[in-house]
Amino acid sequence: MTDFHNGLLAVNDEANSPLSAVTALNSSGADSFLAQEIPTRKTEAWKYTSLFNLTSNEEGYGRLAETHGAAGLDGLATIPALDAQRLVFVNGQYSKELSSNTEHKNVVRFSQADDAQKSIIADNLGSAIEQEKHVFGALNNAITTDGVLVHVGKNEQLKTNIQITHITTPQAKAFTVPARLLIVLETGAQATVVEHFASTDDEQNCFVNAITEAKVGANARLNHYRLQLIQEGSIQIGGVHIDLDRDANYDSFQLGLGAKIVRNDINVNHNVGGSHCELVGVYLPQNKQLIDFHSNIEHKVANCTTSEVFRGIMADKSKAVFNGRIHIHPDAQKTLAELSNKNLLLSNDATINTKPELEIYADDVRCAHGATIAQLDEQARFYLQSRGISAAEADVMLSFGFINELLENLELDAIRNLIRPILAQRFGRDEELMKHIG
Amino acid sequence: MLTIKDLKANVEDKNILKGLNLDIKPGEIHAIMGPNGAGKSTLGNVLSGREGYEVTGGTAELEGTDLLDLDPEERARLGLFLAFQYPVEIPGVSNLEFLKASVDSVRAAQGKDPLDSVSFLKLARAKCKLVNLDQSFLKRGVNEGFSGGEKKRNEIMQMMLLEPKICILDETDSGLDIDALQVVAEGVNSLRDPNRSFIIVTHYQRLLDYIVPDYVHVLADGKIVKSGGKELALELEEKGYGWLEDAAENGAA
Repeated sequence: MTDFHNGLLAVNDEANSPLSAVTALNSSGADSFLAQEIPTRKTEAWKYTSLFNLTSNEEGYGRLAETHGAAGLDGLATIPALDAQRLVFVNGQYSKELSSNTEHKNVVRFSQADDAQKSIIADNLGSAIEQEKHVFGALNNAITTDGVLVHVGKNEQLKTNIQITHITTPQAKAFTVPARLLIVLETGAQATVVEHFASTDDEQNCFVNAITEAKVGANARLNHYRLQLIQEGSIQIGGVHIDLDRDANYDSFQLGLGAKIVRNDINVNHNVGGSHCELVGVYLPQNKQLIDFHSNIEHKVANCTTSEVFRGIMADKSKAVFNGRIHIHPDAQKTLAELSNKNLLLSNDATINTKPELEIYADDVRCAHGATIAQLDEQARFYLQSRGISAAEADVMLSFGFINELLENLELDAIRNLIRPILAQRFGRDEELMKHIG
Repeated sequence: MLTIKDLKANVEDKNILKGLNLDIKPGEIHAIMGPNGAGKSTLGNVLSGREGYEVTGGTAELEGTDLLDLDPEERARLGLFLAFQYPVEIPGVSNLEFLKASVDSVRAAQGKDPLDSVSFLKLARAKCKLVNLDQSFLKRGVNEGFSGGEKKRNEIMQMMLLEPKICILDETDSGLDIDALQVVAEGVNSLRDPNRSFIIVTHYQRLLDYIVPDYVHVLADGKIVKSGGKELALELEEKGYGWLEDAAENGAA
């Protein structure tokens, strides 16, 4: 136990959830958090990601935000052309002003849950996450007070997308935002959930500790988008923890721009059989930003498939970490698993640490993995140049294309249209060079 | 239009072009034929400025401007166009964005304003139709998943959009079925103009049934060893290249 531990736990000192399930989780989370050491560079899973900026901050992050004003945040809270039921939080607090006017029976804050929803929360909250393996998951368990439940009943297909947006603004002192999302899809249910983290352009001093859990029932399908469009002063550490029932489908897209520290743990458990998981991710750090994706796919049973594709472009002095572990247990025969991670370094000072990690204990499986770190394709560049396009513009177009290729399959046009201009700005820092992308 | 004098070039320190001369006047179509390894593709690559092709001597001037010192994009902006033997697939970059970037660049070099998106889309659609490509190809990644024939038609479409002065078709006929060949040939013929010239590089006479050249040259061992009218292509088809190579060797000896 350290001052750092106690400081962060202090975030929850005065909070008191009306839900006994949440208070029980808080106390088991606190125990687990206190029992764990804060990872250092000697911790294998944190070898390349330093927490120095979080742990050494003089004033500490151990407090909640003081202000939650919605003024001027309309633009940030909106994803244009996305038809969605929207819940917006400003510095961790629900903003009625920025959220959808009407209620939606499938989405509720924990604090507003009715009895049936309370019992769903009690049955599921914390069950997909192994807190003793995820110190920041334990922290979230400890300090979560109000989260969001998305619940879709048996064979129900949610037509409306669910959008959950967390916006941060700078505060007088560094602060923590505990963000929690619980998604429960019953047998045969379908839903699309867009998680969206944004901040104003000012220098941020937040630590967003965001954990998402999903229980995807038999034959159910969850489409999950997780977009981190945060200002580079932010710290965000958390992840997603997914339990897949028989023949369940989990389809996800993650985008991270990088910040002071961004660390996302992605854990998917194939628990029963026949389930499929599709993970697509893009990371684009620049300046001195850091972003780390650690995925861990547990194939515990037979006949499940995983397809995982992550691509990153590192500019300036930025750094990215990608670790893709696929663990195939002895009983997980007939597993199909593919993992691809491709990286482009745009500067000599940029870094990528990538490691695919296949652990296979079954003998009848098909697994493939590949990680590459490359420059732009010379042939493609020459082709563009031979059509009159300058080498500089060709490079911008090719970098954009490298990521855009992964965007083409996104189901939601609105998300693609949100992301493309952001991508374009990342590569085409010169207006002249970004005319033909986005 | 294009004057090539004593052009010599190396690829990976190997002499490929060994003193090539060619003078192409406005409006002419020159076919360059020859056996594999003679340097046919090297000629197109050297003229368009591909990396890895080292010019060791000679000149190549387009309307009096020396091409060999220019970047590939500068050559393209001056009006040189190479239709690739193997067009490159670029997933993630849409064909339409690519074509627009290309046409804008060439127009800018000519002092013209870029076309607005709507006008450009109209123009691109019209050209698609001319080469018998569905409009959906504009939305796809550049050449991504295109069949051999579709790639070549995409090349011809680019040529139509850019309206170059000198077009080099590098074995554009390779891998094409007869229908695609005709589409390509019609595209080229529709671009024939008193102010536009063509170099058609091909291994076979077949394409020249559809695109009738003014001159046929035989390239062997890095040099033009024989030049003639269109009937030379037929003679080559009948006799092969062996007799010319022998002649070249004897001549050299």
